Amino acid sequence: MMQIPCIYCGLRDESEFTCGGTSHLARPGLEQSDRTWGEYLFFRDNPKGLHLERWRHSQGCGQWFNIARNTHTHAILSVYAITDPPPSADPPPSADPPPS
Amino acid sequence: MKYSAWSLLRGALSGQRHWTAAWRDASPKPGYDVIIVGGGGHGLATAYYLAKNHRITRVAVLERGWIGGGNTGRNTTIVRSNYLYPESARLYDFSLQLYEGLSQALNFNIMLSQRGLVLLAHSRHDLDAMSRWANAMRMNGIAAELLTRAQVGALVPALDLSPTARLPVLGGFTQRRGGTARHDAIAWGYARAASALGVDIIQNCEVIEFIKEGGRVVGVNTNRGRIRAERTGIAAAGHSSVLAKLAGFRLPVTSYALQAMVSEPIKPLLDTVILSPGTGAYVSQSDKGEIVMGAMLDLFPSYAQRGSFAVTQAIIAATLELFPSFSRLNLLRQWAGIVDVVHDSSPIIGPTPVPNLFINCGWGTGGFKAIPVGGWTLAHVLATGRSHPLAEPFQLERFITGRLIDEAAASGIAH
Repeated sequence: MMQIPCIYCGLRDESEFTCGGTSHLARPGLEQSDRTWGEYLFFRDNPKGLHLERWRHSQGCGQWFNIARNTHTHAILSVYAITDPPPSADPPPSADPPPS
Repeated sequence: MKYSAWSLLRGALSGQRHWTAAWRDASPKPGYDVIIVGGGGHGLATAYYLAKNHRITRVAVLERGWIGGGNTGRNTTIVRSNYLYPESARLYDFSLQLYEGLSQALNFNIMLSQRGLVLLAHSRHDLDAMSRWANAMRMNGIAAELLTRAQVGALVPALDLSPTARLPVLGGFTQRRGGTARHDAIAWGYARAASALGVDIIQNCEVIEFIKEGGRVVGVNTNRGRIRAERTGIAAAGHSSVLAKLAGFRLPVTSYALQAMVSEPIKPLLDTVILSPGTGAYVSQSDKGEIVMGAMLDLFPSYAQRGSFAVTQAIIAATLELFPSFSRLNLLRQWAGIVDVVHDSSPIIGPTPVPNLFINCGWGTGGFKAIPVGGWTLAHVLATGRSHPLAEPFQLERFITGRLIDEAAASGIAH
């Protein structure tokens, strides 16, 4: 079980949280094409490695925030506010999963 | 070598020393007509049907680890075709029909056990939903029977039907053709039959690059060298997005861990497959006697094949509410597979945005039951360049046009 550091409440068990999927998706304008909207709604990078994602402390303070997490090791690299910009594009080397 | 009672008897006279390896562990050749990336059930079935249905035998199956070591070896072995929409009903029932003849077709006992699938209704709303579900199946020509509470009790005596049950059972429905099959036998049966037809099965061979010429995929670079091919197919389940990224496109897929677990083996107690959509729990007893349990996804993106303890507990809790008598059993093993979930819980079988590259993915939590049809339809599009009629509704393009086939309710797993 992951221990997730809520930016408001501190370290809590994973079971108190709900994952809201990929962060920083920009909603296209209504005049955009079906392809652009389809990409926005459904298509995801789904990386094996570093993933920026939204989580909600649903059984705690109820607040949304962002987590930079490795989807292979489940290591949490940083947490930041829901309105913060994405962290630096270059993750630390430890973010890469070991070869398998 | 053909397996038969006669070959067994003949071996009895010679100390059973005449058996040969079931399939050939090949090394890569410089080129093939078709490369299939992924040596699970879907990839091996694709290779077999390419050789069998389309006479294309210059085929290589490339597997990063060992065959059947991913989701093919990590599922709960349930087969069924109780889906809601006509497109899905056709697809999944064709798969079940292929399973019904597969032991004979492959000359390999897949241990198909059509012990029936029983879905439990825990509320009046569940009863209404299941009437609709069973009727939809019948409209699609697939037998389904509604069950009263007493009928469920007769089929599943171990179920908690007491007045104080936390999850009252008001009734349910059954697909009697549903059941289980031996997962390893599916992988090995297809591998053996494909290998006998000339297919190269290459293990410990990881694709690290798709080779492109003029924008078209003409082969792959692997840790065992460069391999060229006229056409390439991907059948990699939870790792589909990783391969798509290598090839330069994205998929509408999110990868999650789906857990399952087994208890210690006990004497026969449960001779149907139980599904409780209200809790997500599904339970069966393996031929070895283990109670096989599964339920909900770990609901965050993951490529870790283990699963979270919080979800393990939730699955066991749901199972014990249905079967309190299981509470003294020891848990023997717990594991997870990485499943490729798409928004409408329906598969993607067909071309990709990259010429010469085709894909079979998006089965999410229900890939095992679909192995025969997944292989059949991917082989068809690889051989002919045109989608199989069964697969036409299940194209990647539907996520742009919006013509989704939403089987979330019938997928049986809480998403």
